[in-house]
Amino acid sequence: MSAVASHTVPSAALRFARGINVGLAVFLALYGTIAVLQPGYFEVEGFLNFLRRAAPLIILACGQLFVIAGGGFDLSMGSLVTLTVLGGSMLAGGNPENTWWTIGVLYLIGLGVGLVNGLVVTLLKVPSIIATLGMLLSLNGAALMWSGGAPRGYLPENFRALGRLVYRDVPVTGIMPLSVLILIGFVGIAAWLLHATVFGRQVLAVGDNPRAAELAGVPVGATRVLVFVISALSAVTAGILLGGFAGVSTAVGQGLELQAIAACVIGGAQLLGGRASVTGAVAGALSLFALFTLLNLMGLPQPLRETVQGLILIAAVASSAWRMRRA
Amino acid sequence: MKTQIGLTALLAALSTGAIAQNFNDPAEFERQKALLTVAAQGPDGKPWEQNLGGEKVDTAKYKKPGPYKLCFSNAGVNNPWRVVGFTNMQAEVDANKADIASFTHADAEGKDDKQISDINAFVNSGQCDALIVSPNTTAALTPAVEAAAKKLPVVVFDRGVDSKAPVTFINPIGGYGFGIQGASFIAQKIPAGGSVLALRILPGVDVLENRWAAAERIFKEKGIKVVGAEFTNGDNAKTKAIVEDYLNRFGKIDGVWMDAGATAVAALEAFEDAGKPYPVINGEDQQDFLQKWKKNKLTAIAPTYPTYQWRTPVIAAIRILKGEPVVGPTWKLPQPAITAENLDKFVNDKMPPLHYALCGCEQMTNYPARWGGK
Repeated sequence: MSAVASHTVPSAALRFARGINVGLAVFLALYGTIAVLQPGYFEVEGFLNFLRRAAPLIILACGQLFVIAGGGFDLSMGSLVTLTVLGGSMLAGGNPENTWWTIGVLYLIGLGVGLVNGLVVTLLKVPSIIATLGMLLSLNGAALMWSGGAPRGYLPENFRALGRLVYRDVPVTGIMPLSVLILIGFVGIAAWLLHATVFGRQVLAVGDNPRAAELAGVPVGATRVLVFVISALSAVTAGILLGGFAGVSTAVGQGLELQAIAACVIGGAQLLGGRASVTGAVAGALSLFALFTLLNLMGLPQPLRETVQGLILIAAVASSAWRMRRA
Repeated sequence: MKTQIGLTALLAALSTGAIAQNFNDPAEFERQKALLTVAAQGPDGKPWEQNLGGEKVDTAKYKKPGPYKLCFSNAGVNNPWRVVGFTNMQAEVDANKADIASFTHADAEGKDDKQISDINAFVNSGQCDALIVSPNTTAALTPAVEAAAKKLPVVVFDRGVDSKAPVTFINPIGGYGFGIQGASFIAQKIPAGGSVLALRILPGVDVLENRWAAAERIFKEKGIKVVGAEFTNGDNAKTKAIVEDYLNRFGKIDGVWMDAGATAVAALEAFEDAGKPYPVINGEDQQDFLQKWKKNKLTAIAPTYPTYQWRTPVIAAIRILKGEPVVGPTWKLPQPAITAENLDKFVNDKMPPLHYALCGCEQMTNYPARWGGK
């Protein structure tokens, strides 16, 4: 492609191209194609519905971003999503009165999972990819044991509303899904934490060079523990939205951790830490979800879809890596 | 897990050219279609002991004094259908305490190689008077089952093996029967010129392919327009997203055909969320679907692949070891569909959402608690 040209003096156009986020560009291209295939997506309502479905992945990507920025991986997210949905249905048992304390308990479980992940990584010095892989297996096992291998309860309607309710007759936009409001709130908090607080800078410093960060007085251990807590809490949030959107199933979280990591990388986050942006992660998650939607709409057979999906992922990540080297 | 499914799907697709005919066998289609109308023989109200006109196999040579040590090599307990089925089987074992000295279970976790070694270990242990096998895949398990059948009586159920070596192979009518029941109902109930969306779990699984082959054929015969056949991976969120997209594109869909019922409620919710009338739909005998059907007075049918078939192998194994004749070499169980007429008999909001109503377990000890009910 244009990689060869850039060895010489980069043109103004190329410099401009490097300035914009790959994830955003990929998303716009994919979404444009979707909308051509299905014009409903061009309308505000179509876009909001798309956002509603993409919200869990975006939230997961934002949570994962903190761990990646801090130089680690969190592979336990998907299984925590499953545990949240199954646990939510078991605890609430279809009774709307149980919804709010159930959500509280789910967040406590998330807090616990995040703390364990973080402490295993910082105190026991287990590489995060192994620590969270272990957590993935344990959580899957716990969800299976707890539920006996099959969902045993329903999520009450007011729980489901968090992922399913759409306000109608809203001024300007026409409709407003509740989950999009939750999404906006969550992304806002994540962006503020990562880009506007001392903590955010410390995360990036730890991810970039933990030794230097330590010498500079950054509480490396505490920072690392916190990023895993944020990641786990985001997984619980995504689980609540997913359970709300589609109800209880045992496969709900499968593979989501890899999608979240892919979204971060497409959005320009650097694996093993030091560079990350919430805008990028959101754009990455949006493009990934647009890709899934597009491949579905094009009606490609499943195996071909997965092949194309894999190739596009590699291409997107390679291009952002290339841009980073050149930047 | 997901990559495994992906890989399986990829392999299945690559080999489609070679095996496509097997998934759409007109002779088998006709055979199963005929079986749907055969009257069951056997004790009334106990479909797990009934049969659709099989021969009897003499088992005098296996006769030995009890109580018996039974061994069970299980393909997996990896989905709600198998969870309910295995619970049925354990309850059946408990109900036959007098005849059963021990019941040993090996879970192959969905892996052919593990199941082959499980079977070998059982045969070599000398701790099994009879072996029950629910094969993970047909071709891969055939040699292991044949080898085991030389040493001890073997009962196979659910998915089969390519061999007459087992004493009997127990299963309901099959995938074509399921597809025929669902598709015929939908074809009959939707308005003339109506459109149908088909939702499938994943390609390459024989029983699911058979269901779809039968449905596709019925829709073609009746001149029904199938607007799409999509794979959902059995995932609620994906199912809902697909149906939303189709409603968006076509405005109206009259019927939804499903190759398995687990995501039927998610598909229906997509119609609710879009403010569209419910489609004519087939689900399966899971409680969540049956309850939704009853509550919203859907036009629906639930073909089944009954989990009561998990009771039969235990009964058969005991009979074989007692030297009593059993139905074989194939023992076809009835495969009823739940319809508006008998829905009330099966719907039960005390049971978990993915409990399969045709468990045949209502009279067993510890029902409903053992099956997760209240």
